[in-house]
Amino acid sequence: MSGLPARSHLHRLLASGQFVVTAELQATDSPDPESVYRLADLLRGSVDAVNCTDNSAAHPHISPLAAGHLLLDRGVEPIVQLACRDRNRLALQADLVGAVALGARNVCLMTGDDVTAGDHPEAKPIYDIDAIHAIQIARIMRDRGIYVSGRRLDRPLPLFIGAVENPFAPPHDFRPMRLGKKVEAGAEFVQTQIVFNLATMRVFMARSGDLGLLDRVFILPSVYVCRSAGAARYLRDMVPGIDVPDSVIARIEGVPSERQADEGIRIALEIVEELREMRGVAGVHLISIKGDESIVRLVEEAGLLPRPGAGFP
Amino acid sequence: MTTKLDRRPPASAPEAKGFRKAILLVERGTKEAIWDCRMCGQCILHSTGLSCPMRCPKSLRNGPCGGVLQNGNCEVLPDQPCVWVQAWEGSRRLPLWRDHMEHVQKPVDWRLQETSSWENLLTGRDRHAPAGWLAAGEGDRER
Repeated sequence: MSGLPARSHLHRLLASGQFVVTAELQATDSPDPESVYRLADLLRGSVDAVNCTDNSAAHPHISPLAAGHLLLDRGVEPIVQLACRDRNRLALQADLVGAVALGARNVCLMTGDDVTAGDHPEAKPIYDIDAIHAIQIARIMRDRGIYVSGRRLDRPLPLFIGAVENPFAPPHDFRPMRLGKKVEAGAEFVQTQIVFNLATMRVFMARSGDLGLLDRVFILPSVYVCRSAGAARYLRDMVPGIDVPDSVIARIEGVPSERQADEGIRIALEIVEELREMRGVAGVHLISIKGDESIVRLVEEAGLLPRPGAGFP
Repeated sequence: MTTKLDRRPPASAPEAKGFRKAILLVERGTKEAIWDCRMCGQCILHSTGLSCPMRCPKSLRNGPCGGVLQNGNCEVLPDQPCVWVQAWEGSRRLPLWRDHMEHVQKPVDWRLQETSSWENLLTGRDRHAPAGWLAAGEGDRER
């Protein structure tokens, strides 16, 4: 997908055809670097890169640039997420320069959950630009070494540019095309919304293949490690855009509460196995709310260890 | 009046008076009534299935966000259909411009808010984009 030298560890692994594993960092609410170091120490060696979320679900947490820098301190490669909800085109570009200056290379650019989904619903959302604009602006800063205004940067930004896509939200028929727009804008890898519905995922991948996208972008579907039936119901009812089939919830409800976490891991394992067989799936992105230990367990039980981490940093 | 220190960009619209004000009023009156137009001054309605993208609470110009509810309604306004679900369905019904849904639309020029897109189309003001954006045209991608 690129004749150029790899811009990051993640990029190198993907380009070499390795099945990669990324995970989402539970963003902390602590000014103590130890809060991030602890998670870094937990995940190091189990995953190839870790997403630093940007005020996920519209709740403020530690800044993704700061978290990414702290991860690098402990030898974990960050994927710095930046959302358009909280930053206009000036702030986005400033943060891209800053992220690179602090050592980050992977970025993941998105629109972001609306402020009404968070704990500051009265806030003024920004939305100066949309995710596709943000992706193209990052590409301009990388390939042309300029700001979108045309003004020169000191040097081009060596970014590995990521995006998100949700195969499970309407209009389903447009989703592969929207992925195509993101690729056209400059997305090199994409992390999807959480996969429970494998049938919908298969159709999305097949249609993306029809559009010729599978050879142009690395697709990392997200897998959620559910800790309880309540967590699954929360995801279905409270998080917009997630499709949690009733069969999944029934399955977790079907076991006593002390074994629900195990069942959640079993479900995640089955989904990872199915995804690995799907053409065009370049890796998986693992998410668990307050359950970073279960991510480590999942990676181990899925037979994805050891991670090829020798090349980093 | 333009002086050396006047930093108004060419894309900023002068005050609408007389005939130009009449055009503005006609455009606003018709497009607000028919499409709930938000007068962004850089109309892409024909490219978005005749569903005004500025009605999207996130002002998205390139398609729906990932938060569209399973029933096709908006994440932010759950009682209303997603503007982009309507755009997709509308674009499938149009005899022309269906492929425009695949086009990457440039960022909004917020200075054109509340000006006439008809006038901006004629004067070319709506084609203005930042120099860096224009420089990133097709064919110069380093892949």
